[in-house]
Amino acid sequence: MSARRIFTAPARLAAIPPYVWMVLFFLVPFGFVLKISLSQTAIAQPPYLPVFGLSEGIDGLKASFAALSLDNFRLLVSDNLYLASYLRSVLVAVVSTLILLAVGYPIAYGMARLPRRWQGIAMMLVIVPFWTSFLIRIYAWINILQHDGLLNKVLLALHVVSKPVVWLSTDSAMYLGIVYSYLPFMILPLYATLAKQDPSLIEAAADLGVSRIDAFWLVTVPLSLRGVGAGALLCFIPIMGEFVTPDLLAGSNSLMIGQTLWLEFFTNKDWPVASATAIVLLGLLLIPLLVYDRLQRRQLEAR
Amino acid sequence: MSVHPLRLSRFNITSLVLGLAFLYLPIVILVIYSFNASRLVTVWGGWSTRWYTEFFNDRAMLDAAWMSLRVGVVSATLATVLGTLAAIALTRGAGFRGRTLMSGMLYAPLVMPEVITGLSLLLLFVALDAGRGLVTVTIAHTTLTMCFVTVVVQSRLAGIDRSLEEAAMDLGRDPLRAFMAVTLPLIWPAIAAGWMLAFTLSLDDLVIASFTTGPGSATLPIRIYSEVRLGVKPEINAICTLIVGFIAVVIVLASLVSKLSSARGESAAPL
Repeated sequence: MSARRIFTAPARLAAIPPYVWMVLFFLVPFGFVLKISLSQTAIAQPPYLPVFGLSEGIDGLKASFAALSLDNFRLLVSDNLYLASYLRSVLVAVVSTLILLAVGYPIAYGMARLPRRWQGIAMMLVIVPFWTSFLIRIYAWINILQHDGLLNKVLLALHVVSKPVVWLSTDSAMYLGIVYSYLPFMILPLYATLAKQDPSLIEAAADLGVSRIDAFWLVTVPLSLRGVGAGALLCFIPIMGEFVTPDLLAGSNSLMIGQTLWLEFFTNKDWPVASATAIVLLGLLLIPLLVYDRLQRRQLEAR
Repeated sequence: MSVHPLRLSRFNITSLVLGLAFLYLPIVILVIYSFNASRLVTVWGGWSTRWYTEFFNDRAMLDAAWMSLRVGVVSATLATVLGTLAAIALTRGAGFRGRTLMSGMLYAPLVMPEVITGLSLLLLFVALDAGRGLVTVTIAHTTLTMCFVTVVVQSRLAGIDRSLEEAAMDLGRDPLRAFMAVTLPLIWPAIAAGWMLAFTLSLDDLVIASFTTGPGSATLPIRIYSEVRLGVKPEINAICTLIVGFIAVVIVLASLVSKLSSARGESAAPL
């Protein structure tokens, strides 16, 4: 017992460097985002007011605090551009997550049914594309989807269409890109719960005269809901803030919130509005996280 | 305990084959087209390596690649040290003050949209009046990737039997030496895997790098992105193929290292 108590001391010391690093480069920056979201846009370098400075003493600080305002947040609520972006992000994230579930579940289910020694290989095969660059994967699809790209050539050769279809800069291309990029994130948690399921449950159901398809819906699916929740969360949250995929594959007439934030920041140089956008986005993302946490806790209590 | 899993149905096999084809075909097509002799990306003009020569003569692209490599190696190394320490603290230092905050800070960046992480770090660097470039991108990538290293190392640490270490302590080793002698060799594969993951994530990142870099120091993804926005170019196919090949080599090396060291670990600790 005493040996163990001695041992936690160096482990606590080990916490110090990463702790300091994360406070400095993760927590503190959020303070800046919050502060600048309450500031005014200015044509200056850096482009916002007030800039907190200790040189003006206490009175200067007080004046700076007084100058903070909620104007940027008011703008977010009153301007349709932002509301539309948030709504579009939610819509895209919901639709993509549903497609991902529909595509990922059969694959994860098939993996879980493989003989044991093949399961590791199948998992490797699903993970490897995740290691290749995000940008490269999107670019690979641009190659295929462009006007005289491979997809149109195949469709023309098969006489499915009579003239090339416009794929790029459409929502279908964007959904395809998102599903392609996030598929491993959906498959892995699903596979993790499905592989743990006891096959004798299905056998028991079969003994009781339940058909294979009914057994799938009555036994397999309800028991895998944990994995469904984890996979949905892992996909939904980053998709909400997507920038690269909609920027390269979707049309430019309606933007997701990540694109709007990028535009405000890089093109309009409106840092305060970009910061306010980020704060609201974070708030929105907390909702699914809290819901998931609730569900998990309820599951634990039910046991 | 069932002896063997249920039989694969035809549906299972079809969905597996289609799923893997969906994951791999686009990349395979990209690789094939990178050897296309024709300037038109979509017309097949025979095999050629001219786009690779073009890349090796493209000064700006090479500079960006060199920048990405430096950022990747330094940030992955820093992230591995910090992430491994964090993993040790989280699994072994039970109940220290601020543990919840620490795990929160380490898990949040895993799902946080990159635009937010990038924006917040940039605002910090501006407030500190730090010149943006190599150093700031490296700090940003370290912050993001150390979280991934923590998760990888932590899951390995949690699965290790502590009685080995306690036995070493009973034999008179102090806790730190016992950890170094017994547990560290066992978690090496996870640490190596963490480094590789951190390196590839850094090599891959576009959004955070765009926020935290300054003029004149573009990383490879930033260069590729600005080219891709202007349209498909055969040279980009060649660069992407090189990156895919490079990462494939890294993955093969990583799995070899982990296989070798786990084989050694097993012979060193017969149970």
